[in-house]
Amino acid sequence: MSIELTTLLAQAGNRRDPATGSISVPIYQTASFGHPALGQSTGFDYSRSSNPTRLALEETLAAADGGHRGFAFASGLAAIDCVMRLFKSGDRIVVTEDLYGGTFRLFEKTLRPFGVEAIYVDTSRLSAVRLAIADPRVAGIFVESPTNPLVRVADIRAIAVLARARDLLMIVDNTFLTPVLQRPLAQGADLVVYSATKYLAGHNDVVAGAVVTRTRELSERIAFFQNAVGAVLGPQDSWLTLRGLKTLPLRIARQQENAGRIAERLAVHPRVRRVYYPGLPDHPGRDLLTREGSGPGGMIAFEVDDPARVPGILAGVKVFLFAESLGGVESLITYPAVQTHADMDPATRERLGINDRLLRLSVGIEDFGDLIRDLGAVL
Amino acid sequence: MNDRTRLIHSGQDRDPHTGASSIPIYQVSTYHQQDPEHLGPYDYGRSDNPTREALEQTLAQLEGGARGLAFASGMAATSSALLLFQPGDHLVVGRDIYGGTYRILTTVFHRWKLDVTFVDTAAPDLVRRAIRPETRGLFVETPANPLLQITDLRAMAAIAREHSLVAIADNTFMTPYLQRPLELGFDIVVHSATKFLGGHSDLIAGAAVVREDALGRRLRSIQNSFGAILGPQDSWLVLRGIKTLAVRIDAQQRTADQIARWLLTRPEIRRVYYPGLDQHPGRDVHARQASGAGAVLSFELADGPAAVAFLKRAKLPLVAVSLGGVESILSYPAAMSHAAMPESERLARGITDGLVRLSVGLEDAEDLIIDLRSALEGKTAN
Repeated sequence: MSIELTTLLAQAGNRRDPATGSISVPIYQTASFGHPALGQSTGFDYSRSSNPTRLALEETLAAADGGHRGFAFASGLAAIDCVMRLFKSGDRIVVTEDLYGGTFRLFEKTLRPFGVEAIYVDTSRLSAVRLAIADPRVAGIFVESPTNPLVRVADIRAIAVLARARDLLMIVDNTFLTPVLQRPLAQGADLVVYSATKYLAGHNDVVAGAVVTRTRELSERIAFFQNAVGAVLGPQDSWLTLRGLKTLPLRIARQQENAGRIAERLAVHPRVRRVYYPGLPDHPGRDLLTREGSGPGGMIAFEVDDPARVPGILAGVKVFLFAESLGGVESLITYPAVQTHADMDPATRERLGINDRLLRLSVGIEDFGDLIRDLGAVL
Repeated sequence: MNDRTRLIHSGQDRDPHTGASSIPIYQVSTYHQQDPEHLGPYDYGRSDNPTREALEQTLAQLEGGARGLAFASGMAATSSALLLFQPGDHLVVGRDIYGGTYRILTTVFHRWKLDVTFVDTAAPDLVRRAIRPETRGLFVETPANPLLQITDLRAMAAIAREHSLVAIADNTFMTPYLQRPLELGFDIVVHSATKFLGGHSDLIAGAAVVREDALGRRLRSIQNSFGAILGPQDSWLVLRGIKTLAVRIDAQQRTADQIARWLLTRPEIRRVYYPGLDQHPGRDVHARQASGAGAVLSFELADGPAAVAFLKRAKLPLVAVSLGGVESILSYPAAMSHAAMPESERLARGITDGLVRLSVGLEDAEDLIIDLRSALEGKTAN
């Protein structure tokens, strides 16, 4: 029976304990597993290698993204770090230029000293990607779409065609849209990475990461690195992430609905200079997302008219919480220039548009009226 | 603040010390005292725990009461509320209340000389007639389990007021998102928070919310001295569940309505019980006191063998006791919730061998209907 994603997620982890029939997958808080006899295994030996609770989450992640296997990590950065181990010294990777500051730091401070070099391009422009991969040392493409915080949209399907022709490994960070709104593997990507802290877990109460692979060969390599490097997700957090996934379609639907209405209001607000949201008619990525059967999601960035107003806004919000992170049931407001993108050099930040007037909203599932009144009061 | 927002931001939704967006799980039994002569607000985990307190404040706000209290199970909440009465007191209790409540009244509290008359609370006259000089309490559940019979909460509150009774409503099926008995004049609301409030079939919890502070303090004293409290881990998980209560119930209720109407068209089904259907007895009363019909429905097949065959063939819903989770659950009252009831009594109440209860989850409505159709037609979906 082919079932809807909503159905798959609602019952994620069910029917995994024949001994008791427990509806919820047990939290196997164990390091080790006993062996039936010499040379035999239950399939579980040591929890770094595999744990039944983590496996329930990993199988759900794989099914949700239509991939071959899923892997759960201690954080989104641990997931990206594991994928980057597929590359070797001397490789170059084409990377979305306005990506999450933590990923930027990983590329610059951790990978570059080991000889893996990131080349930053505007991946929302196909011509820029084509030009960048002409370099024969390029071995992979890492795309974040929509980007953080400027929600630029890349044509994943078209980039995947370019990557395939050059035999490049293509990785998509799908944190902002999740498999509910975007399925990069079906669009031709090889690997999908997530900060599962965000929409997947969805309650701002877990730090977790995920990788989903398209092929058996990639699964085997990622499984090797996951076990060998060891940045795995623990059983408690695996269970909480799985619990979060059950309401993912409902949360995203409400968040997207709220975000669309807030973006429309901000777009006509006299104290707002500019709104970045892929659901607005003037957003260049809007048609692309529509064509792909995707959606604009729940993230908005906007510029206020005067940077002097920012501290008052951040201190004055009552329903929005002034905090980093995103994707939870509660709405958050973030100041990217000093929070999420502090590790990016100021010139790059300014060129991209991550300036001192820019604020980012992660819209939650609260009542729209309460959210818009809260923003109206501080603006 | 709108309900949808209150579900997420009531109680303590950020930690004052660190700003954590999730309330810490205070897994602690005792608290260091700065001043040995004047104890601080927290002295012992049974009495007070900040995580449990965050949940209790949220419950109080959602039900519109002065005090919320979290218990180890729905039965712990109900038992603690019943401890407000004393030997010799008489209670009028809904005939179709949850079996666990029936059991504790007829066994444990019976031995402590709490006298009970069970009546059909759908008929206010029967309730009025059952009241005696020593009657002190009225306990109802609406919609009732499993036939979703409706009790008029306003009428019950009026009777309670007239006779100075403590009016208690079990609001498990509706939750405060759909129905708030305290606002209709009830004194206490109890919940099995295991169901819709927790919402993920992964914890056991109970709750009570009291409208007025004086009575709330008495129940709080029982909670502390009797001690059937909810632990910090489960308190935190219930709070996490409550954050998605509105989106869950909206979706579950929409699907339940669709399934109930579809079942009406099926020749295999003799009767459908769902408060959202026009022909459901008490539908108008329900519509006046609740903002939705909820996500639990029951339906009757031809006989016991037909029901059992259907339950064995259904592949998508789980077959289990309990309800209110993200996954759909099919229950068989004759063998599960009402197995202990004498057969003649059970049949007289309409709980036949062909009756099946469905708690509708978050699965796609079409997926559920395809599966139920196959099970009804004697096939297994594939």
